[in-house]
Order: sequence, then C-alpha cells, then structure tokens
Amino acid sequence: MLLFACKRFVSLALTLVAASIVIFAVTNIVPGDPARVMLGLDASPQAVAALHRELGLDQPILMRYASWVGGLLSGNFGVSYTYKVPVSQLIGQRIWISLPLALYALSLSILVAFPAGVLSASRRNSARDVSIMGLTQLGIALPNFWFAMLLVLLFSITLHWFSAGGFPGWQAGFFPCMKALTLPAIALALPQASILARVLRSSLLDMLGEDFVRTARAKGLTRSQALRRHALRNALIPVLTIVGLQFSFLLAGAIIIENVFYLPGLGQLVFKAIAQRDLVVVQSVVVLLVLAVVLVTFLTDLAYAAADPRLRTRRR
Amino acid sequence: MSKPLLAVEHLDLSIGDRPVLRDVGLTLEAGEVLGIVGESGSGKSMTANAIMQLLPETAQWTGSIRLDGKALEGYDEARMCTVRGREIGMVFQEPMTALNPVRTIGDQVAETVRIHTDASRREARDIARETLNRVGLPEERFSLDRYPHDLSGGQRQRVVIAMAIVLKPKLLIADEPTTALDVTTQANILALLKRLVAEDGAGLVLITHDLAVMAGMADRIVVMRNGAIVEDGRTQTLFTTPHHPHTKALLEASTSAPAGKRQLETSAEILTVSGVVRDYALPRRSLFSPAASFCAVDHVSMALRRGENVGLVGESGCGKSTLVRTILGLDPLTTGSIEIGGLPFHAAGSKPDQALRRKVQVVFQDPYASFDPRHRVARLIGEPFHLLADAPRGKQRRERIAAALADVGLQPDDAERYIHEFSGGERQRIAIARALIIEPEIIVLDEAVSALDVSIRSRILDLLADLSRRRSIAYLFVSHDLSVVRAITDRIYVMQAGRIIEEGETERVFAEPRHAYTRSLIAATPDIERELAKSRRKAERAATP
Amino acid sequence: MSVPADRTRPKRTGFLSAAVRTPAFAIGFALSAVFLLAAVVSFAWTPYDVTAMNIADKLQPPSAAHWFGTDHFGRDVFSMVMVGARASIAVALVAVGIGVAAGVPLGLAAAARRGSLLDEIIMRTNDLVFAFPALLMAIMITAIFGPGAVNAIVAIGIFNIPVFARLSRGAALSIWTRDYIMAARVAGKKAARISLEHILPNIANILVVQATIQFSLGILAEAGLAYVGLGTQPPLPSWGRMLADSQTMIAFAPYLAIFPGMAIVCTVLGLNLMGDGLRDILDPRLRRAR
Repeated sequence: MLLFACKRFVSLALTLVAASIVIFAVTNIVPGDPARVMLGLDASPQAVAALHRELGLDQPILMRYASWVGGLLSGNFGVSYTYKVPVSQLIGQRIWISLPLALYALSLSILVAFPAGVLSASRRNSARDVSIMGLTQLGIALPNFWFAMLLVLLFSITLHWFSAGGFPGWQAGFFPCMKALTLPAIALALPQASILARVLRSSLLDMLGEDFVRTARAKGLTRSQALRRHALRNALIPVLTIVGLQFSFLLAGAIIIENVFYLPGLGQLVFKAIAQRDLVVVQSVVVLLVLAVVLVTFLTDLAYAAADPRLRTRRR
Repeated sequence: MSKPLLAVEHLDLSIGDRPVLRDVGLTLEAGEVLGIVGESGSGKSMTANAIMQLLPETAQWTGSIRLDGKALEGYDEARMCTVRGREIGMVFQEPMTALNPVRTIGDQVAETVRIHTDASRREARDIARETLNRVGLPEERFSLDRYPHDLSGGQRQRVVIAMAIVLKPKLLIADEPTTALDVTTQANILALLKRLVAEDGAGLVLITHDLAVMAGMADRIVVMRNGAIVEDGRTQTLFTTPHHPHTKALLEASTSAPAGKRQLETSAEILTVSGVVRDYALPRRSLFSPAASFCAVDHVSMALRRGENVGLVGESGCGKSTLVRTILGLDPLTTGSIEIGGLPFHAAGSKPDQALRRKVQVVFQDPYASFDPRHRVARLIGEPFHLLADAPRGKQRRERIAAALADVGLQPDDAERYIHEFSGGERQRIAIARALIIEPEIIVLDEAVSALDVSIRSRILDLLADLSRRRSIAYLFVSHDLSVVRAITDRIYVMQAGRIIEEGETERVFAEPRHAYTRSLIAATPDIERELAKSRRKAERAATP
Repeated sequence: MSVPADRTRPKRTGFLSAAVRTPAFAIGFALSAVFLLAAVVSFAWTPYDVTAMNIADKLQPPSAAHWFGTDHFGRDVFSMVMVGARASIAVALVAVGIGVAAGVPLGLAAAARRGSLLDEIIMRTNDLVFAFPALLMAIMITAIFGPGAVNAIVAIGIFNIPVFARLSRGAALSIWTRDYIMAARVAGKKAARISLEHILPNIANILVVQATIQFSLGILAEAGLAYVGLGTQPPLPSWGRMLADSQTMIAFAPYLAIFPGMAIVCTVLGLNLMGDGLRDILDPRLRRAR
C-alpha cells in the first residue's frame, strides 16, 4: 500500500511538473509576446515596454519559468495586470464560492445517484428501472447552464422561492449562502448524477452476474441481501473513479454555472480576465484547477486501493 | 427402506421457450454419492440449479423435488432461502471467481452461519474457524482475515466447500468441483468431499463430465443427454454392462486410445531446445526490496525427431505455456537457443528467424478464441501463407485451402463461411487445417483437445493420429491431462516448476516413473479401471469379514 | 470447463433489420437525423434570413409565421435554430474526428508495445491531457488566440484524443491476449499488420459507440463554450449563444431560451440513444444479457 501510494505520488508530481510546463508554454511562448496579447494590437511601444518590465518579460525564458514556479510554490501567483492586486488575493476571495459549490453539487449528485442506481439494478427491466434509466438519459442530455435557466424560470421568476442569482457573502451566515448555492448546485449535479446512476447500475448488474453472487445465493442470502452485501461493494470500485472525475468536471462546470447565477466565483474572474486579456490571472486559475484535478485523481487512486484488497497487496 | 434423502420426480424445465430438462427423476439416500454425468449441454448443471431453485428469471418448471420428505416445489423464494446453505450446500466449478474478492474468507464462511442461526459475530467466527480447519486450511497458515486473492485455486475451493458445509447440511451438491483444478489438487479435493459427507452422513450429488472421476467417487450414476436421463445404475454395473448406446459411446471415448502407435527408427532431430531460460521481472513487493524475477522456464533442453509424437506434461504454472511460446518464437529467451532442423531459429538476444517460422505451427486450446470472428474460414486458414515467399494466389490458393479442409474432414465450401457457424469440434479441425496448410515439420498442440467433450475429443485425436501416419509431422503435445498424452505420444517430458524432471518413452514413464513428482501425478490422475478395481476390492473386503 | 459440442449457431441477420428492432437506436437515429437534416437544409434554405433584423417584429411569441417566435432584433428563432445546428454539429464532428484520427493510432501503438517506453510515454501524455478538462483547454486557447469556432474545435478535439487513445488501448490489449492473435504471430505477422488486420476491425464496434457518445458530449461542450462567449462568434447564430442572449429576457420571453435548449437536448439525447442502441446491435452478447 505504501509503495502504491508512493508510486502514485511520484506520478502526481510528474504530471504537475509537466502541466506547469504546458501552461507556461501556452501562455508565455506560444503567443510570442504576452505583453502584446495583453495590451492588444494598437498598443504603443512604450506601453509594451513598460509592461515587459512589470512582468519581468525581459529576462530569459528559463528564468521566467523558474521564478513563476517558485512563486507558485510559495503561494505567490503574480500580480494581476488589470486589478493591480496579487492574483492569490483575487483567487482567495472567489474560491470560497466555487469550491463549496462544487462540493455541494458532488454531494447532491452522489445522494441522488446512489439510490437511483441501486433501485434500478435491483429490478432490472422493471417499470422502475426503465423509468429511472429514461430520466437519466434525459439528465445526461441536459446542458447544465440551460437547466439552470429553467430552474431560475420556475423557482425564482414563477414561484419566488429562490433569488435568481447573487451571493450574500459568508458573513451573512451559513444558511443564506447555502440557499444561494442551491439552485446552481442542483443544475450542476443533475446531469452528473445521471451519469453516476447509470455507471452504478451497469456496474451492479455486472457484479450480479458474477460467480461470487451465485455463491452467496447458494448460502441462502436473498436477492437483495446478495446485492447489498456482495455486489455493492465490488460495484463501487469503478464508481469511485467516476466520482473522482466528476469532481473536476464540477469544478470546471461551476465556472459556467456561476455566470447564470451571477455568483462572484472563479468563473466570473476568469471570464473577465479573458475579456481583458489578463494572462496572469488566466494562467493562475488554470494552474489551480489542474492542481485540483490531479489531486483528486490521486486521492481517487488511493481510495481505489483502500477499497480493493487485491491492490493493497499486489502479487502476480 | 427408509424415505430417500432427495427424490426428484418428473422434473421438466424450460428457459424461455427452450426446453432444458425432460422428465428428470433421481433419488439419493443419506450417506450416498450420486454422480450425474453427461457432456456439456446435457442438462446436468441445470438439474442441480433446479434443486437449489437458483434458476434464470425466464425459467419455468414442473415436477416434484422432495428433500427429506419436504416438498420444495411448494416453497416460495423466502422459504427457499432458509433451505439453501442450511439444508443444501453447493460447490461450484470455478473457485477463482466463486469468492467475493473484497471480503475476507473468515467473513464469507461466517456469513452462512450468521444468516441461518442467531449466532453472534464471535460465535460465527469460531464456527468458521473450526470449519476451515476441517477442510484442511489450518489456523497457523490460513487466518480468517485473509482475502481470496492470495489463495491458490485449490485453497479457494476449500473455502467454498467450507461455506457449503459449515452448517452440516444434509445434502451437498458439487457441480464440476475439480474441473478447473490440477490433477493433484483434484485428487485432494475429491478425497476431502468424500471424507466430509461420510463424517456428516450427508448425501452428495456430484456432477462431472469426467467418467474417471465418477468411477472413484460415485455409488450410483445417472447419465444425462439432451436434458433427459438415459441410464441410471450402480457404478460397478454401469461401467461393466452399460445398456444405453450413449453410455457405451461415452465409456468408449474415455478409455479408447487411438490405434497406431509406431515404433520409429531413430530419425533426424527436427527441433532442438538447448538450455532455454525465461525470466520474468516481478513487480516490487515493497519499496526497499530489490526487484525480484521469476524463472518460468529453467534450463530446459529437449528434442523432437522428425515425425515423432512427443508429450509435454505438467500442472498449471509449471512453465509449459511459456516454453511453448519461446518455441513458437513469440517470447524472447533469457538464455539458451532453439534450433529447427539444425539451423538456429531463436536464441537469447536475437529475433526469431522468419524463414524458419514456417516449419512450426500451432493449435490452441480454446476453439472459440482461436479465430478472428470477422474473417471467413478461407482467410483464417490462409493466414500462414504470409510466411511463404511465393504464397499461392487465386485459384491455386483456393485449391490449397480446399485441400486443407478436406484433410481435416470438412467440405471445400466451408471456406466461405464464418467461424461462428461451426461447432467446437469443427473449429478445432479448422485450427488443425490452418496449422497444416504450409506443411510445417512441427505442430505444437497446446492443450488442443482439453476443452472438448470426450466424444469429440476422441474423434480429433483419431484425426491427429491419422495425419501423423500419413505425413511425417512431429507433434509436440502439451497438456495437463496425462491420459490424453498417454494415448497419443511416443515419448514424454514431465515439467515441474520450470524444469524438465523426467523424460522417456511414454509407456516406460507410465509403467515405472522415476521421479517422485511423476509418480504422484500418475497416482492422482483418475483412471476408470483402477478406480473400479479399487472399489471392487473394497466391496469384497466388506462382504468377507 | 468443457465447450458445448454444438453451440446453437447464431443466425447472421442484417444490421438494418437489427437496427429497426432496437427501439433506442431507431428513436435516437430519427432524432439526430432531424437536426442533421436541419443543418444541411439551412445552407440552402431557411424560413427567414437569420442575419436580417426586423425590429418591428421583435420578441414575437411563437406563431404560425414564426414557429419559435422572434428575438429582440426581430430575427426568426426557428431559422436561427436551424443555422445553429450547423455550428454545433460541425464543431462536435470535427472534434470527434480529431480524437479518432489521433487517439486510435496512439492507443493501438501503445497496446502493440505494451509495457514499453512508447506505451509509457503515450499513456502519461494522456494522463496529462486528462488533467485539463475541455473547458480549461478552451479557456487557455481563447485567452491567447481569441474566441472562435476553430479554437473550440481544437480544445474539444484535444480533449477527445486521450479518450480514444485509452479506449482503444484497453480494448486492443484484451484482443492481444486472444489465441487468434497468437496464431497471426505464428504466421509471422508483425505488430502493425496485426493491429490493422485483426485488432482494429474487432474494436471498431466499441469505437463507433464511443464516437457517438463523444459526439454528443462535443455538442454539449460547444454549447457551453458558445454560452460563455468562447465558441462560435456572431453574426452566425449558435445554440449556446442564443441561450446566453435569452438569459436577460427569460422572465418575459422564455421561449427564446426554451427552443434552442430543446434543440440541444434532443440532439444529445438522440445521439446517446443511438449510441446505446448501436452497442446493443453490435454486441449480441450484451443484447442477450441485458
């Protein structure tokens, strides 16, 4: 297990190094002169030169990479060109909306998907199974931002149960904030829950066909006991991977959904930055999200190993 | 006579619209072993599943099943759950997949106790411990907390047996319990089953396709074919005076050896394997241990002469498959070399010689996996033409393919069909045609008949014997099944743990094995005559006090 | 285990008759065909010119003249949905093409040289790309090169490469262990030839099914990018942009949001159903089991 974790950790570190090179290359080398990208085509040479000095672009490329990575490691993402404040400060304010939103959505997704998947697998091809699977088919086809708009139309504009957007700020208390995040979280979670429910169902059905489930039935377990005690835990192993993948989708998806609900999160920050060509902000947010994705993958791998004794003591 | 323990009468079963069982009837007394024998698809497993009422959802059945006087046909699912595991235990064929990989063995054995009794977790574990000891998994080496994946196949089957007998059920059903196991393990598991039912006074229904296993185990035998019982009788009687033609055919196929053993004058060596070693790197067990390696083939030297039939026997994991792959030039060698007809074919550190590849062809075990399902037979059989510099084209190619099909007893127009249109036996003929088509000097038969039913097996063996008489092809017959190897080979090599431990004329090795391992292998291989003689002696001893 | 003496020989039935008998496929195919047709027809004809603004007719609810109503510039929403199908389908299709064209050969090569340095490099690069969700990729690309359909294609396409590489590697690996591959090797065939002759045809089914799934995901991704302004640019309408534009008017003109959204849902649903149906048709084993 320790060996497994170490191996995974090394690959995590390598992926991060490679990702940082890619991001640096895309934002610093590919465009030729980042300062020109940021200032636009009709910038004066003086302005470009000034920005060069401000961003340290006059230094050799390797030095710039080294100082950028060094900064990242110490939590210094650089200074935003448009806001004129450290990027870490900008991100620090906004991540407390995006991250809770993604986690909220992930919990909702699991809460919905789990019973749905188990209920449909336990009576395959029943009316219950067919209707749950039909709904998930629809759920997968829903673009989450459009679903979000429909939710606003129904719950905010027609029923007035929720506000159509905005965020009160955490100082306003836990529940008002969670209420503000509820519609966005539902919009994010439903399509993901549909995917998860389908994966869980098919994984469960695979397991129900396994020999060890037949063995369990021969011991005298009822169909549902065999499903709960034997099929389920085995079926969860592949589902874990999907949950891990979904977290990164949710984090990225949150960026779009924030736009629908006017939430001042990372999404808003990044789209403003793109509009204003603030490369420093864009590259920092991308780094952060990539870090999150890679970290979650790493944790999923560990959870995977913990759930599967065959991985814990690998022997061929 | 007292009421029988199990009485099945007029059992008819269909799955969907397909009838599976017709008017099956059988009885079993306590303490007795009833064998159900038949080829695949004969309905023997379905009979067992019907007794357990573990049937597919689309199954429908009528008839009566009485266990200890209780009419199981009237039981609903919930009541059947109280019967399964408590009054009937069941052991399955495939021990590798029969256990839940994420739960400990102790937990899985204790579960049977927990669901049928109100024993506490502690008590259930104690009972599980006792039972595991009883099935030969002693406490010191097999703690309750071990997971199935680090047990061998035989050990897992013992765990499955422990789960089945932990509550001392009156009836134990074993469905091909040893088919997936090596012969020595098979002998141990069979002995264990026999001991357990004798100790508990339970009845055992043993299902197998292997008549030799039956001969040593069963008191009475029913023979099934196409979902119906064709013959039923005491083991001795059935083996000595079979009535039904199918029983006769089965018996004949299991005992007959293809005629035509030849005394070969010493001919030239066609295949020479010298000092072949094949190491595999193993994954590291921990961070600090050095990377280990596993020696699958350990300094093996062997030779085949032109036209000779040579056997290579050994249990699974002994390295014979790896050795075969190196001979076929598919796996690299660590050290050593392989020559074909005196020319270097394959040596350590170099690629196999492409021109010599055409001298050696192969037939694999699984007739279903041996062919690309997307190609027609003509293309499948013609694939080895790739090795010829002047491969035949057009009409000539078609003629060669037709001739190869004729050689193995198929029709020329079979060339235009797809592989899924053929049965297992026919496919194995096609595989032989593919191996023959470029007229190689050596054909490696890698468990080539192991997956076939006995009657088909004997026909394929006849075909092989016939082909080797007509052409001087050398066979390397690789198998775990000693009886098959004995029937067709002139000389055998016995392999254990990567080494050749014995070699010699087949009859000599079987008559007077020199190595202890060979002796144990031969002793463990079920043999109808020997088993019948043994039980006859036992019966005589019982009759004369 | 013994093999049945004579397994019931499956009848070879035509793909078409199987397709008709699989309702999921038939419905899915019909749904996707409607939108594909709409996209094709839109090149030649639309009820109204999608660039022509007619302020007098602005924000008309659905009627006989304007089936889906008109937007705030008086443009016909039905025509815009038709033209919008073009962008969605084109972007998603090309992105799938990129994924297949680059991913499948990489996956096959990795499988053929399993455990080698090449395999390691291909798979680690895949892991790296997987760390950048399509949206992040698009954000980076548009931040440098500016928004546009081509950049959306590149972003979604790059993301598709590891999907197909992994899938084809995994499927190919399981085929590589089959005896018929051993037979081909004994017949002296090299890895590249075996990959082409035996592996690719036998994994084609899986790839086709995955392609329909990635196609539908591509349409969703394109819509998302267009919605945040990183996809197809005006004046050409796209479903995502139409939704973005409708957002401020949703309280009084909900139909502006409903129709493009329905178009996305129906296309994606159609493609997904088609993929599920295809899987059942192409894999008789699955059809029997499920």
